[in-house]
Amino acid sequence: MTSPVFEPWNDPEAKPLIQFQNVTKRFGDFTAIDDLTIGIYEKEFFALLGPSGCGKTTMMRMLAGFETPTEGSIYLAGQDMAPVPPNKRATNMMFQSYALFPHLSIWENIAFGLKREGMAKPEISDRVNEMLRLTRLEKFASRKPHQISGGQRQRVALARSLAKKPKLLLLDEPLGALDKKLRQDTQFELMDIQEKTGTTFVIVTHDQEEAMTVASRVAVMDNGRIIQVATPDRIYETPNSVYVADFIGEVNIIDGIATPNGEESYSVAWKDGQAPLNVKSPSTFSDGQSCHLAIRPEKVTINAEKPTGADNVVEGKILDIAYLGNLSTYHVELPSGAVIKAQSANTRRISRRAFTWEDTVWLSWTATAGVLLAE
Amino acid sequence: MKRMSWFNTVSLTLGFAFLYVPMLILVIYSFNESKLVTVWAGFSTKWYGELMQNEAFLSAAWVTIKVAVISSTIATVLGTMAAYVLVRGGRFMGRTLFSGMIYAPLVMPEVITGLSLLLLFIGIGLDRGVLTIVLAHTTFSMCYVSVVVSSRLVTFDRSLEEAALDLGCSPSEAFRLVTLPIIAPAVISGWLLAFTLSLDDLVIASFTSGPAATTLPIKIYSAVRLGVSPEINALSTLMIAIVTIGVLTASLVNKRQIVRQQREEKEAGRN
Amino acid sequence: MMRRFTLIAIPYLWLLALFLVPFVIVFKISLSDVALARPPYTPHFDWAAGIWAFLSELDFENFVWLTQDDLYWKAYLSSLKIAVISTLLTLLVGYPMAYAMARAPQEWRATLMMLVILPFWTSFLIRVYAWMGILSNEGFLNQFLLWTGIISEPLTILNTNTAVYIGIVYTYLPFMILPIYAALERLDESLIEAAEDLGCSRLSAFWLVTIPLSKTGIIAGCFLVFIPVLGEFVIPSLLGGSDTLMIGKVLWEEFFSNRDWPVASAVAVVLLLLLIIPIVLFQRNQQKQQEAEQ
Repeated sequence: MTSPVFEPWNDPEAKPLIQFQNVTKRFGDFTAIDDLTIGIYEKEFFALLGPSGCGKTTMMRMLAGFETPTEGSIYLAGQDMAPVPPNKRATNMMFQSYALFPHLSIWENIAFGLKREGMAKPEISDRVNEMLRLTRLEKFASRKPHQISGGQRQRVALARSLAKKPKLLLLDEPLGALDKKLRQDTQFELMDIQEKTGTTFVIVTHDQEEAMTVASRVAVMDNGRIIQVATPDRIYETPNSVYVADFIGEVNIIDGIATPNGEESYSVAWKDGQAPLNVKSPSTFSDGQSCHLAIRPEKVTINAEKPTGADNVVEGKILDIAYLGNLSTYHVELPSGAVIKAQSANTRRISRRAFTWEDTVWLSWTATAGVLLAE
Repeated sequence: MKRMSWFNTVSLTLGFAFLYVPMLILVIYSFNESKLVTVWAGFSTKWYGELMQNEAFLSAAWVTIKVAVISSTIATVLGTMAAYVLVRGGRFMGRTLFSGMIYAPLVMPEVITGLSLLLLFIGIGLDRGVLTIVLAHTTFSMCYVSVVVSSRLVTFDRSLEEAALDLGCSPSEAFRLVTLPIIAPAVISGWLLAFTLSLDDLVIASFTSGPAATTLPIKIYSAVRLGVSPEINALSTLMIAIVTIGVLTASLVNKRQIVRQQREEKEAGRN
Repeated sequence: MMRRFTLIAIPYLWLLALFLVPFVIVFKISLSDVALARPPYTPHFDWAAGIWAFLSELDFENFVWLTQDDLYWKAYLSSLKIAVISTLLTLLVGYPMAYAMARAPQEWRATLMMLVILPFWTSFLIRVYAWMGILSNEGFLNQFLLWTGIISEPLTILNTNTAVYIGIVYTYLPFMILPIYAALERLDESLIEAAEDLGCSRLSAFWLVTIPLSKTGIIAGCFLVFIPVLGEFVIPSLLGGSDTLMIGKVLWEEFFSNRDWPVASAVAVVLLLLLIIPIVLFQRNQQKQQEAEQ
């Protein structure tokens, strides 16, 4: 029994809730966003991922209405947002610093937006209590922000931003201030709440693990442009550039020259003294075109003896082992000087491992294990 | 607990002695039986009695308080506006002139400000009286208020205002419901500063007051020019007492608040 | 945007009307002649006669007068001298106090601050008056000195320049202490420890590290004293003598006693011109400090 897959971006009939159309944003000489066009669909949990200064926060602030595009337009539910000030938009934002009003109680903080709408008192009361239940803050309603802990403040910020049932919720690095354990728990809570309320979430983060965990689609940004937007698995398995491949997770990048040798098949010549690699790729490369092979460490198998029948085999010496408890990452140095990372689960205890530092090992991977990239 | 070096302790003791002994002497001699202020002739509170019956002083005091309350309130409103404009206004035409006009009165000698205002009032034919003093005091007080409020606004977390806008406030609602309550302590200190400056002002009031409106400082000055008088000592003691009570109370309230806030934060952290 | 315009306009217009325009008027009157009239100057601006007729009657006669009569330039110089000396004296008294406050244990600082602020909130006039009772020939100081036998004749201090210096230092001390204290408080003590670790003695660490780093505070404090003292009136009037020449007193007397408004205005204009440089420097210092803090 298969549940329907949530993929509105693949549906030609679906209209996006948010549409950026050729949006450029400049601050003086500095271009923060460069001719950006993207559509975000309803009920998505959309992540904007990238390093500091890539423009992701600027995009979010333009959605909220705190910045206006220098060129281009932004549409929310088909309406041009240019003339609409932040207090009149159907979006709400959860601030990185939480921005809780220190002079109001938790209850009043959450009720703040509802009062501005002119909601009737009993309705406000119901809605606030609903939010308190949703974020498990019932006991703290009459406290002030400085009287509760950091994790609780984060939940208040979330409750306050959801209280008005906005069409779009913007989350600005919401989990940055939390410690790792709390962060993981909160990530799943966020996903739960998003599904339950059916709100469209747009989250800005520099933490790629976070983006991969919560998002339905991830947009990897750099220097004001979106380099790739796809589901987490596609971003990971089929990055469209070395930048994306390198940004997400660990990766081996092998530079070489491609020579077509069959249907969707290439022979990649890389370092002197090494045999060319066999790669299958759906993208087209011309004869002699320089290319990069991106292959994830967990796709590289490591053996004490040379395996037979593998598409690609290389020999090397273990330079370093990073022991991570459940996994080990082996840094293997090849005769040509290149270092390839191979990762495998620690199915056996260390003392019973087949190889250790300085050992000669064999690395192998299939022709389809990696992605061949042009840049 | 750090020990203070003997040099520092001595500097502080001597310094504070220098600051406070004159006032102490003033207070002690207000209880002097003799009219000769500087010859001690026994304890007496008769000068306070004489003071209370001095009509001229009492009406001057009343005028002074009226002027101080009105001018400091208007000055606080104008000064807060000016502070907001300076900190958040960004670039606008004539900003340098505006900022110059706000800061200059802080260091301008009062004789110049007083003279210029009087010449203005004469020039436009405005009769000198309570109104002109209020106008004069409001003008120089608003600059002090502006300095106090703008230094608070500079450190104010803008994301709080953005959050208010995001939740549906118009910009003026955001100011009224979020910014103002949070910067209130600075606004109140601005008001107090303006109030004190107005209460204490001699020079500008001398230039801008009229025959009907005499302020307490003007009265004190004309009395004092003739020499020391125990009634003035009594008046001074009363004023010192009021200020002391005010400053002590404010200090204590502030301290209690800080201690309470720290305690609450510690408790929250433990939960 | 209408709202923003009104927000800027209201305080702006107020200041233009009640600060800038008065100065223009002072300037105009400094160019006028004295007259037995109400108000006691001429010409008056008459819409009928037009602006040229008005301007032609103005002249720099009063400014020339200022240079001719000894009194004025002597008073300017004397004011400058007194202002410089009293600023230095205030600095000498205020810096050690501010330093001691900044080095005091944390829990005492609020109290110390309050002790400095209390005189600041107390009436200026009363504090000057207090010294009248102390410094006069029958005053407390002389009584005390006579009683202990240190002197046999009362010292004449009141109505001399000495009394003025004492009065100025006394009343302006908080203005010097507060900015210096603020600058010293922000000073990172580990810098001094680093200097000592690198071989400085206590004293040279103070000269080479502490003083330069508290520079902005020292400058702010000095300006906050120097500029107003230059035009000070109350203290020289109550504590000074007839030979205490200060320009604020001269202005007052020209205006109230001599009823010579044009000359008084000319005095004010020259005083303002003298002050423009220190005021601009003061503003620059404040701006530099604000930028450094951001």
